[in-house]
Amino acid sequence: MAYLRSVPRVWREREIKYRLIGGACRSCGRRFYPYRQTCPACGSEEVERVKLPETGTVEVFTVVRSPPSEFAEQAPYVVALVRLDDGTLVPAQITDVDPGEVYEGMRVEAALRRYRTQGERGIIEYGIKFRPLIQ
Amino acid sequence: MKPLASIIGYGAYIPRYRIEAKEISRVHTGGAERAPVRQKSVPGPDEDSLTIAYEAARYALRRAGIDPSLVEALYIGSESPPYAVKPSATVIAEALGFSRKLYGIDMEFACKAGTTAIISVAALVSSGVIRYGMAIGTDTAQGRPGDELEYTAAAGAAAFLIGPSSPEAVATIDHVYSYVTDTPDFWRREGEKYPMHTFRFTGEPAYFHHIISAARGLMEEAGLKPEDFDHVVFHQPNVKFPQRAGELLGFKPEQMKYGLLSGEIGNTYAAASLIGLANVLDNAKPGERVLVVSFGSGAGSDAISLTVGEGVEKVRDKAPTVAKLVARSKLVDYALYLRYRGMILR
Ligand SMILES: [Zn+2]
Repeated sequence: MAYLRSVPRVWREREIKYRLIGGACRSCGRRFYPYRQTCPACGSEEVERVKLPETGTVEVFTVVRSPPSEFAEQAPYVVALVRLDDGTLVPAQITDVDPGEVYEGMRVEAALRRYRTQGERGIIEYGIKFRPLIQ
Repeated sequence: MKPLASIIGYGAYIPRYRIEAKEISRVHTGGAERAPVRQKSVPGPDEDSLTIAYEAARYALRRAGIDPSLVEALYIGSESPPYAVKPSATVIAEALGFSRKLYGIDMEFACKAGTTAIISVAALVSSGVIRYGMAIGTDTAQGRPGDELEYTAAAGAAAFLIGPSSPEAVATIDHVYSYVTDTPDFWRREGEKYPMHTFRFTGEPAYFHHIISAARGLMEEAGLKPEDFDHVVFHQPNVKFPQRAGELLGFKPEQMKYGLLSGEIGNTYAAASLIGLANVLDNAKPGERVLVVSFGSGAGSDAISLTVGEGVEKVRDKAPTVAKLVARSKLVDYALYLRYRGMILR
């Protein structure tokens, strides 16, 4: 049986995961995702919650062909660093694409998708992924 | 009836993948089946009726251009919710940042639940209980492999942001009429994965009787005739049924030009007539009159009469049109289709 993350933890993170809530450090000015209380760059605890922009560009990516069992149904899938339009770098899955269709510089948009299901009986975890921008 | 409320934003969403009817037929009948649609939409492996509803809702919000925290109702009509017990409305409201003072509910009435969601939210607005609310029809429908429903059971969503009645809005809901009877044409018991149905595409006593009764009921109450409408949209389980319904009621093919999409995307159940309405709004001119008639097995039809407002041209380009979403398509074969529907486990 797959490892099940605690339901309260999924619940605590829902706003961050559903709405792309990042941190903005008041000491060094850096923006990051996901939000946490301590700035990963300078260690400051002067971090504000910010709603990050929903569009960006694929900066680098890799294809996952042998994923952990909880993601098996989605493999092969693409994970990337997405440079949001405000400059924030977000690690995320790129969905609605075949691995061969992704390229550096691809314009993408955040969208709520299934992250994983906790088996047949547990909760379904949702969160932001990125898919090609529909223009 | 005084106008109930106005649509101030609308959005549709269709998953990217398609399977052609001839590919389904190749697997089950050696290509002998004459299919009721050319192809149907297929959700990706990380999509469900909640995620596609979110996509449509976000486009509706973008077109409406209002602060999401002002939205105080979210009614979702679907027969394919991801949970048997746990609402989708709460997740979508949280993801889009709606007010936490919220009238939120998931509703089920087969393919009719989406239009009933619109009528319910419009009534909340009309009665002054709320100022803004959202109604969504969404489904990722499944047919048993090899069953005739498998050719058409598709995925799609459409969302409408509803506010006080105004000629400046996208469209105003002028009149509604609903007609229901106890007709067991199609059902799915608790715990069952696939629906059962009694007749091939459930014709006269189900689809046609309810669609025609609701459409005639509305026209009689409102004093309107088929020629008073510029556009008409019917529930579309296939291509022939809505065409025949239009003919029986006295509508002309030109009136159905924008409202009929099932040939290219299949039957999107609770979203079917509403994606048709979204496509009408993508193309209609202010002042034009629209009739939408849904059908849900079990059975019933909602008829909604609308007048397109001045606002439609200002919001149209703020989100992808239905034509764009229909064109964004990638064909999959039957094996990949089974995998995306979770029928091949690793
Ligand atoms: Zn810092």
